[in-house]
Amino acid sequence: MDFISILSIFVLACFVGYYVVWSVTPALHTPLMAVTNAISSVIIVGALVASAEAGSAAAKYLGLLAVVFASVNIFGGFAVTERMLAMYKKKERK
Amino acid sequence: MMLSTIISMAAAGADGVAASPIVALAYLVAGVLFILALRGLSSPASSRRGNRMGMAGMAIAVATTLYTHDVVSLPEIVGAIAIGGVIGFVIARRIAMTDMPQLVAAFHSLVGLAAVLVGAAAYLNPGAFGILDALTGEIHNASRIEMGLGVAIGAITFSGSVIAFLKLNGNMSGKPIMLPARHVINLGTLAAILGLIAYFVTDQSPWVFWTVTALSFIIGFLLIIPIGGADMPVVVSMLNSYSGWAAAAMGFTLGNTAMIVTGALVGSSGAILSYIMCKAMNRSFISVIAGGFGAESGPSGGGAAAVDRPYKRGSAEDAAFLMKQADSVIIVPGYGMAVSQAQHALREMGDLLKKEGVSVKYAIHPVAGRMPGHMNVLLAEANVPYDEVFELEDINSEFGQADVAFVIGANDVTNPAAKTDKTSPIYGMPILDVANAKSVLFVKRSMGGAGYAGVDNEVFYMDNTMMLLADAKKMVEEIVKGLAH
Repeated sequence: MDFISILSIFVLACFVGYYVVWSVTPALHTPLMAVTNAISSVIIVGALVASAEAGSAAAKYLGLLAVVFASVNIFGGFAVTERMLAMYKKKERK
Repeated sequence: MMLSTIISMAAAGADGVAASPIVALAYLVAGVLFILALRGLSSPASSRRGNRMGMAGMAIAVATTLYTHDVVSLPEIVGAIAIGGVIGFVIARRIAMTDMPQLVAAFHSLVGLAAVLVGAAAYLNPGAFGILDALTGEIHNASRIEMGLGVAIGAITFSGSVIAFLKLNGNMSGKPIMLPARHVINLGTLAAILGLIAYFVTDQSPWVFWTVTALSFIIGFLLIIPIGGADMPVVVSMLNSYSGWAAAAMGFTLGNTAMIVTGALVGSSGAILSYIMCKAMNRSFISVIAGGFGAESGPSGGGAAAVDRPYKRGSAEDAAFLMKQADSVIIVPGYGMAVSQAQHALREMGDLLKKEGVSVKYAIHPVAGRMPGHMNVLLAEANVPYDEVFELEDINSEFGQADVAFVIGANDVTNPAAKTDKTSPIYGMPILDVANAKSVLFVKRSMGGAGYAGVDNEVFYMDNTMMLLADAKKMVEEIVKGLAH
């Protein structure tokens, strides 16, 4: 992909992010941080590329280490968000 | 089923780095699922579905990457994911809700470190990332800048988050640590990093790359140590934002839509949260980042002379009696509630009051606690229904009609000096108007020790205020006993 298309995607995504995040209710700001944490670990894609390709042993092991860290975050982040969200309950109507 | 078709088509249609439109499409789908994950958080009812979409997006991104590369080390990769996954899962299950700010800081540091490692791997094996110029055999100029920025932001995120973690976890004093000439050192280091990244375009030798990395680790550390404990909501949000920008920079290097979209989402999310936190303290982002707030004790105007002013002290029985007679009680929790883990006892107190026919509501200031939404999570943990919990602007007008404002572990966010005293360091900060309630019950450990800002609070000395001096949890448990019979 050429630089301008990538930049366009980035700029538009910033706007989407702006509007989506303002619509998040303040009560869920902590889960918001936990889930953004989990999804920013999509950087695991880069780590997988580094560990999957031949060419440099050093790059491979750096990549594998990054895969471990990113996985802690992905599993930990989504699991802790799930745990928090499960606690938010409405008043029981009797 | 459709998903597996897309992925297998992607696998068939591509070799090496994402080239086929189907592969690009799969990453786009992942990006859209991440947007929907955040969108789900607009209400607690849709939030869990959103979280599942986030998981699906991540699964698609990982599967697509593995399918489209000539994976030479699949067992090792699966092992790495398994190790990380188990660690993450166990931590997520065991962590106490009061420790959530530390956990989030620790997770941020991992994103930062992963970004640095990926950047270093891309530098060592640029061919694998498809960023080599076919003619010269060197790394593309644009990629060098993206890589440099990604590694720098990642390193700052890592070392900054480690310091934030140590402060939040109590391994390091929450007090600001002030180095002499720190502004000069910090600005100089930042300028050096940017200069070196620019120089990296003309010279891709290793020393440039590794110096940028090392300086960025140092600046992350220097930036966070002068910032005090109660400013951590801003710091944690800011580091959240940085982790997003680091992912976005790496996405540019790889030309990967999922990474760019996610980076932009997370980056704006953290930036907006920092903005909300700063606004709730009426402080500029620059002043928070410059640090040092709360370092000097007893500011000139705040009423440092008020050492021996008379106040009314009450017991748990008095408090129980007063609240039983009330029609409406508004509870204002703060960081002190989190420290003493009083949320469960507090909910029990609320339940008993409701049984007596008292209306019970909770009022949350945006900067109460150590991270955005900290109080809401703790109350949710204690089974307080979220429709009894209100934000500042929604409940502030109701204090005038309330019989009792029950303040527990909060101080600065209730201080009228923010409205009346122009010399006060918290002047202009929006506060919860607890003083307007018919009576105020103020749970506080002792009369010494003002809040974080070091300002005395007029509310302590009002005629209709009763101070309940004790550990928050013990006091609430006593009140519960008082209400029970």
